[in-house]
Amino acid sequence: MSDTLIWLVAIPLAGALTTLLLPRIADAVVMAAGLATAIAAGTLLYGVGTQGAMIYEIGGWSAGLGIALRADGLSALLLMMIALVMLPASVYSRTYFSKAAERARFWPLWLLLWTALNALLLSGDLFNLYVTLELLGLGAVALAALGGGRAAVEAALRYLLVGLLGSMMFLAGVSLIYAGYGTLDMTALARIVEPGPVAGTALAMMTAGLLLKSALFPLHFWLPPAHGSAPAPVSAVLSALVVKAAFYLVLRLWLEVFADAVTPAAANLLGVLGAGAVLWGSWRALRAERLKLLAAYSTVAQLGYLFLFFPLLQALPPGPARELAVGGLVLLALTHGFAKAGLFLAIGIVQHHSGHDTIRELDGTAQRLPATTFAMALGGVALIGLPPSGAFLGKWQLLAGAVATGQWLWAAVTLIGSLLAAAYIFRVLGHAFGHQAYPNRAVTVASEEWPALLLTTMAAVVLGLAGAPVWRLLENGL
Amino acid sequence: MNWDAWLPLAIVASSLLPGLVIFFMREGSHGLRTVLNLTGAVLKLVLVGVMIWGVFHEHVYETRWTLAPGLDLVLHADTLSVLFVTLSTVLWLVTTVYAIGYLENAPHRSRFFGFFSLCVSATVGLALAGNMFTFVIFYELLTLATYPLVAHRGTPEAVRGARIYLAYTLGGGAVLLLGAVWLQVIAGPVTFVEGGILDRLPVEVHPQLRVIFLLMLIGLGVKAALVPLHGWLPQAMVAPAPVSALLHAVAVVKAGAFGIVRLVYDVYGVHFAGQLGLLAVLGTAAAITIIYGSVMALFQDNLKKRLAYSTVSQVSYIALGTAILGPLGTIGGVVHLVHQGVMKITMFFSAGNYAETLGIHKVSEMNGVGRRMPATTLAFSVAALGMIGIPPVAGFVSKWYLGLGAIEAGMAGWVMPVLIASSVLNAAYFLPILYRAWFRTAAPAWPAEHIAAGRFETSGSLLWPPVVTAMLALAAGLFAAAPYSPLEWAILIAQREYAL
Repeated sequence: MSDTLIWLVAIPLAGALTTLLLPRIADAVVMAAGLATAIAAGTLLYGVGTQGAMIYEIGGWSAGLGIALRADGLSALLLMMIALVMLPASVYSRTYFSKAAERARFWPLWLLLWTALNALLLSGDLFNLYVTLELLGLGAVALAALGGGRAAVEAALRYLLVGLLGSMMFLAGVSLIYAGYGTLDMTALARIVEPGPVAGTALAMMTAGLLLKSALFPLHFWLPPAHGSAPAPVSAVLSALVVKAAFYLVLRLWLEVFADAVTPAAANLLGVLGAGAVLWGSWRALRAERLKLLAAYSTVAQLGYLFLFFPLLQALPPGPARELAVGGLVLLALTHGFAKAGLFLAIGIVQHHSGHDTIRELDGTAQRLPATTFAMALGGVALIGLPPSGAFLGKWQLLAGAVATGQWLWAAVTLIGSLLAAAYIFRVLGHAFGHQAYPNRAVTVASEEWPALLLTTMAAVVLGLAGAPVWRLLENGL
Repeated sequence: MNWDAWLPLAIVASSLLPGLVIFFMREGSHGLRTVLNLTGAVLKLVLVGVMIWGVFHEHVYETRWTLAPGLDLVLHADTLSVLFVTLSTVLWLVTTVYAIGYLENAPHRSRFFGFFSLCVSATVGLALAGNMFTFVIFYELLTLATYPLVAHRGTPEAVRGARIYLAYTLGGGAVLLLGAVWLQVIAGPVTFVEGGILDRLPVEVHPQLRVIFLLMLIGLGVKAALVPLHGWLPQAMVAPAPVSALLHAVAVVKAGAFGIVRLVYDVYGVHFAGQLGLLAVLGTAAAITIIYGSVMALFQDNLKKRLAYSTVSQVSYIALGTAILGPLGTIGGVVHLVHQGVMKITMFFSAGNYAETLGIHKVSEMNGVGRRMPATTLAFSVAALGMIGIPPVAGFVSKWYLGLGAIEAGMAGWVMPVLIASSVLNAAYFLPILYRAWFRTAAPAWPAEHIAAGRFETSGSLLWPPVVTAMLALAAGLFAAAPYSPLEWAILIAQREYAL
């Protein structure tokens, strides 16, 4: 069963190389590799659910000497989300990039990104994490630049510099840890790390790098232009998955490896930044003139919610209440992944059919693209956090944690942020419902419309109604 | 297979599934859509019939599904939920017939009927909610499902009205959510139990419980249109007539009122709420709303706006009955949930008929309309007289029990003046309409005559719904003492709430 760990990296990597060498059959290769990776992710999730965390030592070398891959409930869940987002997005990309030459450039990078994401989630030591983080950043930059045009290249260049700066800071922290403790294995570190200047400084440096990469307010400046000018499927994956990868690392470091070194003040700082992200991101989304910028600022805001959990988890004693909050955090992250990916894909369709994504000129979209409008509405429901989305359960736990620990400020931020989200989502939907006499419905291709609908349904309905296993899977970790 | 666990779900699904199918239907498949709508509505009625019988004989129907540890989606049938489910199911059937006629040849019917069915599913789910968590879910779903209905016409006013509606209800929803989460943190899962569950909690948390009650009252008060949270209701009347009918009689406004009833009786417990001094707050809010709504209604020339303010006033009778401690007040409040629905839906159907048939939107245009449209106007008149409280129409029964309850609880000093003043005001804004309609001579031409008088005064599917609901309103008053009448069922609810 633990072989699936290596398959999750090997399949997309092999796929990437094949598409590079044999561009003619690239479409088929991507679909096959995508399907196989998704099956592997499903197998892993099932395995972790029944047997608990798994470890795979490459070449039989034990951790410390060789490279070990690890998967627990958290990483298995995220790997599953990645597969379930990448697969429909791949189908969508086939239609989105209508020219074969475009696709030939796109597919190798696309599968490389998938490889990097999987490898990052399976890494068990800090140096491998650095390598995968760097690989992920480079893949993401290359994809973001595919949009062509001056704006896209400029944004991608800035994205590259920010990504490199973030990785350098992460690496500096990693070397400090190595100097201080002589190991980079995360399980081993979790046992030996003690509160002190070394752990504190290292954590601060690594976190700063990761916050830059996960675009936490006020380090979010690079995200809206990069996500707003990339091709639609790339924006979807950047917003839904790539920033989540950096967040995942923050989560691992703060809740597992350095759990003992984290102080309430530090956790509160993350909370404050998260609150700033929620309010500022939502406000900018409300003021945005273009749909893609709205979605990008919404990502800034949605990541903010995830950081609001840190002060709560710090204050909650280990026990059922804390486990509920952790589950809520993960469910919120998963829901956002699906919702935002679907939203970006839907926006891509709107842009494709009306030639623009200016919000003020969307009147009549509901009549011309009913399925896509419905997808945007479902994604919106999940972003606002209304039932029956998974985000509703996540925000319920966020509020419950805030109320139980008496941290009313975070509860207020959550509610205000949700109302702002409602305002920016319904601003779009109001235009879409606006009446305009369009006698004919635009003809859309099913493979273009259903991925968005599928992803947003997943966020707005499936995760909400069938999200209970998330808590069970997280029982033994974090 | 255990049927008792599936019945509540089946009742929700009987409108949800047709609704989802309808979304994907082509605009032109009129016949199939109608069949689907009516099949769902009739099936729901049959299932509800089974449930009424079962709940009367103390059968337990419960669907339970775990969404997260400690958070269960529970659909549970008790006497109170059955009352509301029955009301929504019967009126949904009638409104569907009406909407089919009303929207004949209008665009986007698939979208309309899809959301229409979702709206009723959310209402029924809310009625059957067995705990606060489930209630909040359906409360928010109801907001979502009604927004496209209010915005349906797509005109700037419709989009604006819908936006105002949304701002109020989502704001209220957020406050309700905070209250519900807080309550669950203090008390654990908040199951609706007859007689309430919170009186067991230690005295230290009583101040918190007061704050939570106020939060939830605000959250529910937005939908129930308690003053000053009522601002959306007169704006939302831009919606098509069947939507207004549903909004005012069954779905949104009632959901708020029903939530208040649940909160007081099945969460706090009416005695405990009284001990905390919360009933006085509720009673005051209700009294202010009753008078304010009636006064505002006096000044509206637009017929639907006048009806909207009348709803603001009338729905608070339910809250008033809830604030009166004692079984008689409870009976008066709960039975008004049904009576107001039946009467108000009649009036909105009639108003829709006037607009669709003759282009009449204003009270001042109604001179002599009784001769042109006698059946519609008769239905309107029955409902209006009932609203005023004239026997034997249903509204009289509600007011009678409210009055008796006030005397029993020793609150007659302030309840009676409110009841009398509001009845006088009701008469003052409804009787002039009746006078115009029946006794003034008509203007030479109607504003815009869309449907010419044929065998009936207007098309059949517009005419029968108000006639039927007016007869229901009359029957609910005339046969109030018959078994399974709304009054008898309200008495059963009061008996179980007070454990008599």
